Parts: sequence; C-alpha cells; structure tokens
Amino acid sequence: MELLNIDNITMKFGGLTAVNNFELKIIPGELIGLIGPNGAGKTTVFNMITGIYTPTINKIYFQDRDITGIKPDKITKVGIARTFQNMRLMDNLTVIDNVMIGFHLHLKSNLASAILKFPSYVREEESIYQKSMELLEKVGLEQFKLEKAGSLPYGQQRKLEIIRALATGPKLLLLDEPAAGMNPQETKELMGFIQNIQDDFNLTIFLIEHDMKVVMGICKRILVMDYGVTIAEGNPVEIQNNPEVIKAYLGVDANYA
Amino acid sequence: MKKQNEKILTILALIVLGILVYLAENNLDAYKLRILNLGAIYITLGVSLNLIYGFTGQFSLGHAGFMAIGAYVTTLLVLPPYYKEMIYILEPLAWPFTVIHAPFIVALFLSGLFAAIAAFIIGLPVLRLKGDYLGIATLGFAEIIRIVANNIPRVTNGALGIKGIPEFTNLWWSVGVAVVTIYIIKGLIESSYGRALMAIRENEIAAEVIGINLTYHKVMSFTISAFFAGVAGGLFACLLTTIDPKAFMFVMTFNILIVVVMGGLGSITGTVLAAFLFNFFLEYLRPIEAGFNIGPIKIPQIPGMRMVTFSALLLVVILYKQKGLLGGFEFSWKGFFQFINKLFKNKRSSEGSTR
Amino acid sequence: MSLNLFLQNVANGLSLGSLYALIAIGYTMVYGILRLINFAHGEIFMLAPYFLYFGVLIFHLPWWASIIAAIALTAMTGMLSERIAYKPLRDAPRISALISAIGVSFFLQNLAIVVFSGIPKSVHRPAFFTRLYRFGEIRIQSTLFASIIVSSIFLTLLLYVVYRTKTGLAMRAISTDIETSRLMAADVNKAISITFIIGSALAAVGGILWGLRFPQLFPTMGMIPGLKAFIAAVVGGIGNIPGAMLGGLILGMTEILFVAFLPAVSGYRDAFVFLILILILLFKPDGILGKKVQEKV
Repeated sequence: MELLNIDNITMKFGGLTAVNNFELKIIPGELIGLIGPNGAGKTTVFNMITGIYTPTINKIYFQDRDITGIKPDKITKVGIARTFQNMRLMDNLTVIDNVMIGFHLHLKSNLASAILKFPSYVREEESIYQKSMELLEKVGLEQFKLEKAGSLPYGQQRKLEIIRALATGPKLLLLDEPAAGMNPQETKELMGFIQNIQDDFNLTIFLIEHDMKVVMGICKRILVMDYGVTIAEGNPVEIQNNPEVIKAYLGVDANYA
Repeated sequence: MKKQNEKILTILALIVLGILVYLAENNLDAYKLRILNLGAIYITLGVSLNLIYGFTGQFSLGHAGFMAIGAYVTTLLVLPPYYKEMIYILEPLAWPFTVIHAPFIVALFLSGLFAAIAAFIIGLPVLRLKGDYLGIATLGFAEIIRIVANNIPRVTNGALGIKGIPEFTNLWWSVGVAVVTIYIIKGLIESSYGRALMAIRENEIAAEVIGINLTYHKVMSFTISAFFAGVAGGLFACLLTTIDPKAFMFVMTFNILIVVVMGGLGSITGTVLAAFLFNFFLEYLRPIEAGFNIGPIKIPQIPGMRMVTFSALLLVVILYKQKGLLGGFEFSWKGFFQFINKLFKNKRSSEGSTR
Repeated sequence: MSLNLFLQNVANGLSLGSLYALIAIGYTMVYGILRLINFAHGEIFMLAPYFLYFGVLIFHLPWWASIIAAIALTAMTGMLSERIAYKPLRDAPRISALISAIGVSFFLQNLAIVVFSGIPKSVHRPAFFTRLYRFGEIRIQSTLFASIIVSSIFLTLLLYVVYRTKTGLAMRAISTDIETSRLMAADVNKAISITFIIGSALAAVGGILWGLRFPQLFPTMGMIPGLKAFIAAVVGGIGNIPGAMLGGLILGMTEILFVAFLPAVSGYRDAFVFLILILILLFKPDGILGKKVQEKV
C-alpha cells in the first residue's frame, strides 16, 4: 500500500497553470527527490500536499485517506511534516522553544490544566522538554538551546527546522531545498543526517533539491519537473542520461549537443 | 533557583503587596486612591491587550468595546432594582434587567463572561484578517458596540448614561483582579499553548504547518483577552460610579495601546510599570491643563495638553524605542537575584581595590 | 416615499459621497504606496476648515486667499506628518507605522484642542454658500452643488496627474513595487511626499466643503468622516483611485438612503457603515475595483 497517492493533480492560478497533471505514488520507506529548474512548480506540489493550496483538479490521498482541501494543521496531525525553502523559524523564540512547539499538536493536557500548571500538565511539559533535548542533541544544537533561533548560523537554522518538523511525529517528511545556502562540508553532513533520520524515525522522505550531488547521492528515485509537468522519472543513472532532462537544464537539445 | 523557592518568594511578595494595599486603603485620601485604582485597572487592561497583540501578534483595537460590555453588565447587576426604576427616565428599563441583581464578584465574573462571548462571536470570523485590516475591523466592532449602547435606552439609558453606581471598586478589588489577570495570562504564556500563540505571532504559515490550529488559538487568545477587558470594565464602572457610551470611545483603546506599546509588546512587567506611570503622569500633568501660577505670572489653562504630551511620547517610543521603555525586559526571581548578586559583587570588588 | 423626496435624497447622497470621495483618495493613495492606513488623515481633513476659519476671522484675508492658504497649510501638515512619523518606520513592521499614524491622529486632535480650543466654532458662511435653489419640490443648497462640482474638477485633475504625468508614473511604479522602483532610481521620497501633498490637499478641499455644509468646527470632527472615507476606499478597492471615488459615492448614497428608508433605526447609521466595512473585509477584501493579491509561500 502506498503512503501517499497523488492522483493527477493540477493547480491553476488564474490563467496560469503552475502544476499540470502531477502524479506520484510514494511507498513507505522511500527517499524520493524532486528536481527541476526554478519556477517549474516543485514548491507548489509541496504546498498542495501540505494543504496550503488546494489543487484545482483531482485529489491527494495519504494512507488511503483523502486529504485534499484539509487545513495544513490537520494534515500535519495525520503525519506529514515539511520544511520551507526560505526557512520559517520562529526567529525571536529560543532554539528549544522552536522544537517544543513541534510537539504542541499532540498535547493531551487541556488549556485550564496548562494555565494552572496541574501535575499532569507539568509531567507532559517535562517529557516534551526531554524529547526536544534529544532532538537537539541529534544535530548538536543542545548548547544553543537558549539562544534565539534567528541568531544561529544559516546551516544550523536549516537543521533546526528539520528537527522541528520531526517533533510533529511525521510519517512523511517533505524537505524543500534542505541544502540551499550550505557549503560543501555542511552539505555532506546533511546527506548523512537525512539518511540517519530516515532510519531512526522510520521515515519516508520526499525532497526538493537543486544540489545534484545530494539528489543523486541519496535518492533512489527522482522526478524531474519543468513548466509544471513531470518530464522524467527514474533512478539517478536513468535521470542523468535522459535527453529531456538535459534539455530542460541546459536549454539545448541533447541530441544536437 | 528551585521552583519551590520561587513559589515561596512569590507568596511573600504577594503578602507584602497585601500589606501595601492595606496601608494605602487606610492612609491615602480618596483622590490618591482613585489614581492607584485606575493604575491597577489599566494593568488588567494592558496585560490583556498584550496577550492578544504582544504575544499572539493579532492587532486588536476592540478593547473599549469589551470594556463597555463589562461596564454595563456590572452596572445592571449591582444596581438595586428600585434604584434602576428611578433613573431610567426617558424609557423604562426592560425586563429582565428590572429584577436581576447580583453581588459584585458575580457581576464582575459575568462581565468578563459576556465580553468573552462577544469576543468569541466576533473573533471567529474576524481573526482570519491580518494586521491593519484586523485592527480596523475590531475597531469597527467596538464602535458598533458603542453605537448599540447609545441606541438601546431601555437597557443602557442611552446617551444619558447611568449615574449613582455603587462605588464597590477599591484597591483590594482592582489590585486583586490585576494579580489574577497576571497569574492567568502569565500561566498561559508559559505553557505549551503560550508557545503556540507566540509561534503564530512569529510566523503564521510555519505555525500552521507544524500543526497549530490557527483559528482555535487566535480565538482562544482573543476571548481570554476580552474576558479580562470585560472584568476591567466592571471595575471601571464601580470606580467612576457613572458611565455612558461616550466613555468607551476609541480614545479608551488608544490609552491602553499607549500603555502596551510603552511598556513593550510581549512584556508583562513593562505593561505593569507603564500602566502606573501612565495614570500617574495623567494626574501629574493635570495642573498644566488646569492653569497655574508661577509667582505673579498666571499660566492660563490649556485643555488637551496632557494628551498632546502622551501622543507625542507614544510617537517617540514607536519611532526610537520599538521594544518599549524597558526594552522587552521581563521580571523573574532568577534575574532579580542575579542583579542583587552583581550589585554586591561590584561593591566587594570595589572595596577590594581600595584596600 | 415620493419621487421628489427620493431625488432630494439622491442629491444629498451624491454631495456627501463626493466629499467622502475627496477624503478617500488620500487613504487609497497612501495605502497604495506604503501599505499604511493613514489614521491621521481624518485630522488632516479637520485642520483645513480651521485654517480657513482663522484666515478669514483673524488675518482678515479674503475668502479665496484663505481657501488657498488653508489648502496649502493642510497639504504641508500632511507631508510633514509623513516625514516625521512614517518615514523612519518604512522598513519596520507595518503595524508600527499604523500605531505611529494613530499617534499622529491623537496628537493633531489634541493639538487642535490646545490651539483652537475644544469649544465648537460656528462658521460664518458668505451668502453665496447658503443660497437655495429650487427645482420643483426639490431644494438644493449651493454648497451641495459646490461639493459635487468642485470634487469633480479636482478628481479629474488628479486622474490627469496620476495617469498622464511623469510624477504620476513614478507614483504608480512605487505602488507596484517600492524596492524595484528604488533600484530603478525613482525618487521614492519625493514621490511619497507628493502623494501626501496631493492626498492632504484633496482632504483639505473636502474639509472646507464639509465646513461650509455642516458649519460647525470641533477638533474631533475629522474622526468619523475620516473612518468613513477609509471605508469608502476599502469598498472601492484600496489602492485604486477610481475605486476610492466610486466607493465614496456608494457610501454617501448608502448612508443617506439608509436613513431615508429606515428612519426608525437611523441611530444605527454609523453602525451599519462599520458593518459594511467588516463584511467587505471578510468577503471581498479587494473591494469592487481592487486587484487580488496572493501571498507567496
């Protein structure tokens, strides 16, 4: 059974078709990459999966459940988490708070017990704190826990955003250009990190990336989009030799070149 | 510092506060008590506005409206029925307001409750709006509430207002309510729900994508904020002993906004301090308006001068000190003792150097 | 309602609406460029008739000179308010500028109390402005004509400036994208100042006509017309100049007809207007002529 089933969705903004007939089935445990030139509609696909946009045509199923048009917070609750291309951390909150927020959606204590600090709530808060610290330790950010998230170096912020997404307890993790702005060393670490969390958390990962080393290095299956349309799909070797892909990226006809 | 110790310190501080209130109530004249009472009421108003604006990031300009609801609910409940019959001259008071009567504490609670219900009904649709649009929409609702109060003389006595409200509000009540407000709002802020509110303030889209239900949290914050505005409205009515719709014009919200901005958005300590300073200076600057003599020179009265000063002060703060007068500082026992320690250390080291 | 009475109301609605339109321009132009609800615009509007009043009464200037002086002074005040209170906040969060604008609004209001005193002043209008014209059963005061005619002239002039001159082009460029305009070496500060001058001057014209029509001046008189003109701007589609004109007329007409048809609830007139605002914000925030903007994620 597939985890995510995207059934031929199309997204139109006014007269512009951002994504046309996008189809994808993701099996649990996969690590899939989505590549394509700027403006190809990759982030729009993510926005539709996470409920920020509702596809104009057709539907998305998660574990056989129709999640089309459901609000983003509900989608996160069923088990899809994401990061953003332009990072959206809570800059003025501390690093630890940024992670702890990720656990809020699973909070059992009600409002009154949280305000009045009932023992049941205090215990729950304590356990959220412990789990958040464990996540921070995983990426080596524990010594910055009381710093403001916005004051961290760029690469660290990227990691923080990923573990915040992990805190929501996802089955499917969507990463939007996780290596953007990282230096080669950081990118290398990131690749190891992504594979680690996939094993540790039993995750399925779907990522958008411009850095071909990352995509070719860790993804078993790759999709290529251009002008809102999927132009190729396959394993890294197949993609590298696909004339359509070369054309889309280099703007020339592969045969001609 | 252990949590247990902090609790003890807080209780001690509250006892000290109680003693101060006792001394004030027994030694100060009515005029000074009134200023202190207003200061305490402004704390409740400011801290509650800070919850929705400073902590949740939702720019609400509706506080005067919720205050109005609270003020009228308390007034109608605490006035004895026979008295109500007497003062509604133009049009008789409608049933059931003719018969209802409740003790002050119940009246205050119901004031908050009705304000909260209004906020819930208003907030559910309106909190979808963002930034300045939300501000204007909530301002619109506050005006609507005031206009309605003007137009239902059988409940509110219309534009004439209601006079002779029993003067129940004293420092025990106003300070007590302020303490409860701070306790509850601080409790909320320092919980997982509070983190969710601040996440919404910081980045709404990210907050939603990490699973925070925007509508629930915004409406919750707005409703709690309005609850305390309503209670403050009740205290306000029973302090001034007379209310009319004009008392709840936009300038009321503006005053609270001054307190919150000057104290610093998202700083409860700042709001508390600013609330007192605001009311203190409002009185302190009164002579400027009333006219005074410097030796033989007679300074004529200049009405409006106080608010000119305050609006100018607000402009200076918003232009040059975005984080408020305290720069976002928040009181904590830990910080307090670190500060004391530092003081002593400096002293010791300076003593050491002279030796 | 008889036809005559209806026409009388339509005439009243048109004249009130044209005044709203004049004020609404200032809101919509400023919002178009700075994304700021210029809360102080109502106070700018209030200053003009005061300036006129003092020009005539204290400086004994002739009417026409006082009017010109009043418009010039009001436009200056508007421009200065931007330089002092909004310009430093151009890169700050938008709400900071709004709070600053609310501060300016109360500052000017109370300054007016200090300088002009809070006691309402009656305007002595020259006979010309109180003349009544009769059209069968309908009686129309000359100020009503004046408001419609004068507003039409000024609004046409404005459209010319915005759509046919270089300054207008710069203003429109900035309202589309302030950053790019800055890079393209457009003088952003100058264009913003001109926007405030034009908006304030039109509000001044509106204020003077208002003062002649409802001849009583008080420092808080700008608050409600200001808010309503803002609502007019939202109804028409904020940022859109023809929209503000249309919104002004619609709002003026709605208000007059609301009272005419439902005299029993006429006390709720302003509440009704605010309700319109809230409903528009909720269901059609782009107004009638506004463009839809999608937030980028």
